[in-house]
Parts: sequence; C-alpha cells; structure tokens
Amino acid sequence: MSSTLQEEVKQRTRSFLARFLRNAEVQDTDDLFASGLVNSLFAMQLVLFVEKEFGVTVAHEDLDLSNFRSLAAIAAFIEHKKAA
Amino acid sequence: MELTSEQAERRGRFRALADEQIAPFADQWDQEGAVPCEVIETLAREGLLGATLPAGVGGLDLDALSFGLLCQELGRGSVSLASLLTVHSMCSAAVLRWGTDDQRQTWLPRLAAGETIGAFALSEPGTGSDAKSLTTRATRTADGWTLDGTKRWISFGQVADLLLLFATSDDGVSAFLVEADSPGLEIRPIDGMLGFRASALAELGLDRCRLPADSLLGRSGLGFTWVANHALDLGRYTIAWASAGLSRACLDASLSYASEREQFGVPIKEHQLVRAMLADMWTEAEAAELLCANAGRLRQEGDPDSVVATATAKYFGARAASRAASSAVQIHGANGCSERFPVQRYFRDAKVLEIIEGSTQIQQLLISHSALARQGETS
Repeated sequence: MSSTLQEEVKQRTRSFLARFLRNAEVQDTDDLFASGLVNSLFAMQLVLFVEKEFGVTVAHEDLDLSNFRSLAAIAAFIEHKKAA
Repeated sequence: MELTSEQAERRGRFRALADEQIAPFADQWDQEGAVPCEVIETLAREGLLGATLPAGVGGLDLDALSFGLLCQELGRGSVSLASLLTVHSMCSAAVLRWGTDDQRQTWLPRLAAGETIGAFALSEPGTGSDAKSLTTRATRTADGWTLDGTKRWISFGQVADLLLLFATSDDGVSAFLVEADSPGLEIRPIDGMLGFRASALAELGLDRCRLPADSLLGRSGLGFTWVANHALDLGRYTIAWASAGLSRACLDASLSYASEREQFGVPIKEHQLVRAMLADMWTEAEAAELLCANAGRLRQEGDPDSVVATATAKYFGARAASRAASSAVQIHGANGCSERFPVQRYFRDAKVLEIIEGSTQIQQLLISHSALARQGETS
C-alpha cells in the first residue's frame, strides 16, 4: 500500500516529469524510459531532481534503473532511503 | 559576472599561473606535441588536479564557479593543458560518484594529489557521437574481465595512469577502471592532429586485456546511462569554460595587435571594420562567460536544469571561440597564419572545441529536445 510520503513523492515527481514528457499522462507504473520521449540525459537529470527535491544521496549501490523506472519505483526508493 | 571575494582571489591566482607559467610556453608545447611533465607536476603541487574532489581525500573542494574559472584561465593559456583537467576530472568525478568504498579509497587520494593521472576512454575508430554502439568487448572471466578492441582519440592517453574506459558486455555498455600497465593494453601515440597538439593523444589497443573483478565501475550494463553521461556532463562544463578562455585569448591578442599594427597611416584599430570584429569578439566572450556562470550556479545547486544549461554553454562557447579565432587570424593578416603569433594555434584549437565532449550537432540535439519538451513554459 502506498504511504503518504510515497504519494507526495509521486506528485512532486509527476510535476518534474511534465517538462520531459510533454505533458503526457503518466501512470504510477508506466515505464519512463520506454516512453520514447526522454533522451540519454534523462536518467542523470532524474537523479539530480531526486537528490535535490527529496534530500537523499543516490549512491553507487542505488545505481539500478529499477529504482527510477516508474513513479511507483521512485516513491518506494525515496521511502526506503528516508527510512535507512 | 558576480564573484565572492574568495572566488575573485582564486581567479587572480589562476590568471597569474596562466600568464606566467602556461601562455608564454603554449606555442612551444603545441609544436613539440606535448605538455612537459614539470607543468603537470606544477598543477599537482598547487592541488589543482584535485580541484573538484572533497577535502577528505585531499582535494580542493572548489565550488562549481571557481572550478570553471580555473578551466577558463587554463583555456586562455593552453586548451591542450585545460583538456588534461577535463579528462582527469571526468575520471575523478566518476570514481567519486559511482565508485565502491574500496575504489574510492584506492584512487581518490592519488587522483587528488596528481600521483595518478586519469583519462577518459570512450571513442573508438568507428564510434564517435553514437557512443552507445561501442565495439570494444568486455567478457566476464572466472576472476574478472577481459577487454578486446580499440579506443582512439584519448586525450592524455600517453601519460594517464588510470583510464575510465567503456566497453560492451552482455548487459550493455559498462565502465571500467583500467590501469595503464594492465597486461594486454598497448598505448600508441597519435600525432599530426589539427589542434590540441599538446594533449598527448593516444590510441589504446586492447588484446585480451585482463582486469580484476573490482575494475568494474558501477553496475554492468549501466556504464553509459550513469557513468559516461555523468562524466561527459562535467567534461562539457570544463570545455565550455575553456572555450570562454580561448575567446578571451583571441580578444586580448587582437586588441593588442590592432593597437600596434599600422596601415594607411594609423593603427588598424582606427578602421571601423576592424572595430566591428573587436566588438563582436568582446560581446560573444562576455555572453559565453555568462552562460558558463549560469551553468555553474545551477550545478552548484544540484539543479537538474544544469545539464541543459551546461550543454548550452558548451554549444555557444565552442562556436563563439571558433568565430573569435577566425576574426583574430583575420585581424592579424598574414602574421596570423604564422607560427610567430599564437592566433594560428587558437584557430586550430577552436575547431577541436566544437568536436570534443559532444559535437556542436549533439549539443543542438540536446538543447532542441529540451526546448521542444518545455514549449510554452515561461521561466
């Protein structure tokens, strides 16, 4: 079940994504990298956003696309990092 | 461009270094095709090879703008030497960001001190802008990895001790830390280039090059998405500033020459068509510097917009440097085509700035992609 934190993360991330996905509707489990609307720099921009917006550090052990593939994955990742 | 007193003091030191120990010798290095070891040792002694690394590993921990000012001043003196800072910093930043604790402890203090020189090995004979299509192959073995293939156009590959090298494994593109004395690695000098002649360019032959398991940087298959892109972003930032520095060098040389050279009975600075070139050079040098400073501010804040701002600064800066170098040669006339004046080196080097760390056309793709995605936004 999605927590309040996860819902907040998804909402703020959805706003950020609007500038990359040309306002396309993004569902919680949509694969962001399969959308065809992002370029090769998107992953790096997403990491910068996550770090700045949620005050976490993405370390080498987090270097896994599955942590960033969808809104739901990002929300779960942030909750995990905050709890650590 | 607003600087804090600390940043202004640093810029003064960087300028003095460029004026006294770099610019007067840069033409000689260009002709000899190498930067002397003593110059690299000077940068190391000043701590400048650890400019971006944290103090905990012996780095200077410079803020993004101060680091940019360093790249600008080195670029004003010699973009070949500035490119050492580019590739060394790219390697260092990748280890800092994506290295394991062991990799960081092993390499960062040495990179910060300049005891280990780092370089960046992505390009291949058949792979430039299409950087995901690497043919260099990485194969897992019982105790590590084996690499086979060829890397080309590796700046400071002749002097680097540690190469951040990319190869295709079963999972996709992966990043490796390759020591220069690895068995199966042959380093072959490249000369006869148009510009950046002192950047110790090399081709790397990998013939069953054996690497230990802990040479993998980051996860297998994610070397391009995370490691290369992160390093290239920093590389673009350094080249953007070095380009702004080269534009300044072109302007300074042209102002000086136009004040001394007389034609039709007056210094050529009195001729309006020469003044037009000087005005354009000044304006574009200022604009390049401001775009760099904007990128630096965003980078310091960790803002995701820093990526496109950096690409924009690199795109404009490199093209502005090319235009400035062309005007500088024009103002110098036949003298500008002679080895007696540095502007011929500026002209050759400027063209290379439009190619390295993402060509002008790749930057245009990145910038236009962002512009289209953000269509209708007001900022």
